[in-house]
Amino acid sequence: MLKKLLLASAMTLAVTGAASACDFENTTTIKSLSAGFEAWKAVTTEMAKCGNFEAELDQEFRTKQPAAFAADPALYQIGGVANGTLVPLMNEGTVRPLDDLVEKYGQNLTPNQLIKVDGKIMAIAMMVNAQHLMYREDILTDLGIPVPKTYDEVLAAAAKIKEAGVVDYPIGGTFQTGWNLGEEFVNMYLGMGGTFFAEDNTPTIENAEGIASLEMLKKLTEYMDPEYLVSDSTYVQQQFQQGKIAMANLWASRAGAMDDPDESQVVGKVKMAGAPTANARAASTLWWDGMVIAKNITDEEAEAAFRVAMNGLTPEMVKANNDAAVWLVQGYEPGPLAQGVVQTAEAGALPYPASSQMGLMHTALGNGVADYLTGAKDAETTLKDIAGAYTTSAKEAGLIK
Amino acid sequence: MNSKTFAAFVGPSIFLMLLFIAAPLISVFLQSFYLTQPVFETVQVETCTPGFPTQTCVTETKTQPILGDDGKIVTTVKYVGLESYRNVLEPDRAWAALKAFDIGALLTIDFWKALRFTLTFTLVTLPLVIGVGLAIAITVNNATRMIRGPIIFVSLLPFIITPVIGALSIRWLFIGDGIMTAFLEWWLARDISMFAQGWTIELLMMFYRVWHVAPFAFVVFYAGLQTVNQDTLESAMIDGASRWERLRYVVIPHLMPLIVFISLIHLMDSYRVFEEIVGFSSQAYRISLQWLTYDFLTPDDSGNRSISRASASAMLTMIGIVVLLVPLLRKTWRDHKGGKV
Repeated sequence: MLKKLLLASAMTLAVTGAASACDFENTTTIKSLSAGFEAWKAVTTEMAKCGNFEAELDQEFRTKQPAAFAADPALYQIGGVANGTLVPLMNEGTVRPLDDLVEKYGQNLTPNQLIKVDGKIMAIAMMVNAQHLMYREDILTDLGIPVPKTYDEVLAAAAKIKEAGVVDYPIGGTFQTGWNLGEEFVNMYLGMGGTFFAEDNTPTIENAEGIASLEMLKKLTEYMDPEYLVSDSTYVQQQFQQGKIAMANLWASRAGAMDDPDESQVVGKVKMAGAPTANARAASTLWWDGMVIAKNITDEEAEAAFRVAMNGLTPEMVKANNDAAVWLVQGYEPGPLAQGVVQTAEAGALPYPASSQMGLMHTALGNGVADYLTGAKDAETTLKDIAGAYTTSAKEAGLIK
Repeated sequence: MNSKTFAAFVGPSIFLMLLFIAAPLISVFLQSFYLTQPVFETVQVETCTPGFPTQTCVTETKTQPILGDDGKIVTTVKYVGLESYRNVLEPDRAWAALKAFDIGALLTIDFWKALRFTLTFTLVTLPLVIGVGLAIAITVNNATRMIRGPIIFVSLLPFIITPVIGALSIRWLFIGDGIMTAFLEWWLARDISMFAQGWTIELLMMFYRVWHVAPFAFVVFYAGLQTVNQDTLESAMIDGASRWERLRYVVIPHLMPLIVFISLIHLMDSYRVFEEIVGFSSQAYRISLQWLTYDFLTPDDSGNRSISRASASAMLTMIGIVVLLVPLLRKTWRDHKGGKV
C-alpha cells in the first residue's frame, strides 16, 4: 500500500541528459508515459541520453493513457504498455503500426519482441513478467520435500511445513480482493484448462474447471496468513523477506528483492521455479511490457520517438540492469532469477488473454471470488453471481447483444 | 438591505452553486437514464506475443469497436429508462431473498450489502461522535485554565490529519503483526488477526471515524458551552440540582441546536463513507455506497467503465442522504417557524 501510495502521487521523473551513448542527436521534443517500476527507470534513463526527452513514470498511467493518446496531437509520443493496457489504445485506434520504423531502425530487435496484431507490428516488447513459484530452498531441503511441480504437491508440501512449524505460514499469496484476486483465479482457471467466453461473449465459467479452481484457491488459503484478502504483492514480498512464509506464487519482477540485503533476512535462501501446474498446464499467465508510438503525431515525431525508444533497448542497458527484469532485449543473460519465468513458459502457461471482455471478467472475478473464500456463498452460487455480474457489465458495454 | 444589494451579494454564490453543484447533478441524473455504447464488430485477429523460445501466435475471434472516419469510436446513445437502477438494485434477487426471509442472500447483492454497512456505520457512529465530543467539551470546560490549551491542542490533532492517512496509520497499527495487534496478542495471550473477518474491520472503521470526527463536535460544543447562561446554572444550583441534572436540564437544551447541526453534518459525511474502505482495503468484507459508485467509475485494464450504473448509484446515494436528513430538517424547520431558535 505504501509503495502504491508513493507512486500514485504521480511520480514524475524528468530526465535530461547529455548525449553520450545515443546513436543520434535528437532535436524533436519527445515525451513518454509509462509505469514506474525498476525496468522502466532503467530504460528511460538510457533514452534520455538522446536529448530532448522527458519520461513520466506513473503507476496510474493506465487511467491517463487512453485520453492522452486520443488527443490530437497526442500528449505523449511514446507509451509504455502491457498486455491489458494495450487493449484500450488498440480499440480507440490511437497507436500506429511500426513495420516501416522497425525495418529502418530496428536492427537490434529480436522477432520475439515484435507484438503483432493482424500481421502488423503494434508494439515493441522489452520484458516479460509472470507469477511463478518462489520457495525457501533451506526449508524444503531440511524437510526433504522436492520442489513442488503441481498444486497437489504444493498442498502436500505445505502440510509438511505446517507440521514442522518452521515458519508462521507455509504459503503466501497475492489474494487481495480486486485485481490481485481476479488474477489468481484467472491463473488457476486457465491452468485447469478452462475458457472464459463463448463465441458470442457470454461467460462460460460455470463448469467443473471453475469449481475446481475455486476449491484449489480455498485449499491454498488454509495454509496462508488469515488476512490473505488484504495481502498484495508487496505484502507477500515482505512476508518472504521477513522469513514468515516458505512458498508463494509471486511476480518475477519481485524476485530481485529477495536477495536485497537491505530489506531481506533470507538473502540467498529463496529460489525460483516454474509456476505449479493445475490439471491442464502451468497455472500462471505470461505478461509482457513494451512500448507503443502514438498515432496522432507527425511522421517526423514518430520517427524520432522510435529512434529514442530503440536507444533505450540496447544490450548496454541490459548489461547494466541485468537483474531488474526478465528482458527480451538482446544481450540479456538469464540468471537464476529468470528461471521461474522460463520454466513457467515451458510448462505451457498462456499469455494473459487481454481483451475488452476480459477486463470486465477480471473485475467481476476480483470482486466476486472472495465470497467463496470467506464462506458467504458456495462454489456454484459464486460462479453464477460472477457470471451474472459480468453479463450485466458486458450488456451495458454493448459486448453482449 | 434592499433587494438589489442582496442580489449583488448572493448572486455570485448562487451562480457558482448552479454551475458546480446543480449542473453536474442534473447531468448525472440524465446520464443515469441513458446508455452510451460503442458499435462493435466481430473479426478474426491473429495476435503474436513473446514466448519461450519463440513467439506464441493465437488467432481468435475478437469483438472490437468500429472506428469512424474521424478516427473516433462510433457510439450510440439510447434511452434505457430505469435499467441502470435495476442493474444496481437487482430488485428480482432482492425480492426473492426477502420473500424467503433470507437476509444472508440479500446481503450478497452488492448494493444491499453496501447499504447495510453504510447505514450501520452512520447510525452507530452518530451517537458516539456526539457523546464523545460532548464529554471532551465538558471535561475541557471544567479543567483548570493552565492545562486547557494543551488539552484542546491534543484533542484537535485527529481532526487535522488527512482522512486517508489517518485510516492508513490505524491499519498499519493493526495489520499482520502491527504494534497494536502484537500488544493485544501478548496481553490476551492468543492469536489475533484483525483483518481476517468482517466485524473486526467494521469495528476498526467505526473507531477510526469516531476518533477522527469527535474533535469537530468537541470544538463546536465547547464554543456552545461558553454561552450557557451562568445565572440559570447558579439558580439551578441553589435549587439543589445535581451536576447531572444541570447537564440534563440546562446545558443540553441550550446546546440542542448545535447537536442538531452536528448530526446533520455527520449524517451527510458518514453516509458517504469512503476513505475507510480504501484505507483498510475492506472490499472483501465491507463495501459502502460511495465505494460502489467509485468502483463502477474506475476503468479496468481494458478501459471499460460503467458510467450509467455509476450515475444511478450516485443518485441512489443522494436519495439516501435526503431520506436520512428529512426528520432532522423537519425538526429544524418546525423550531424555526415556532421562532424558538
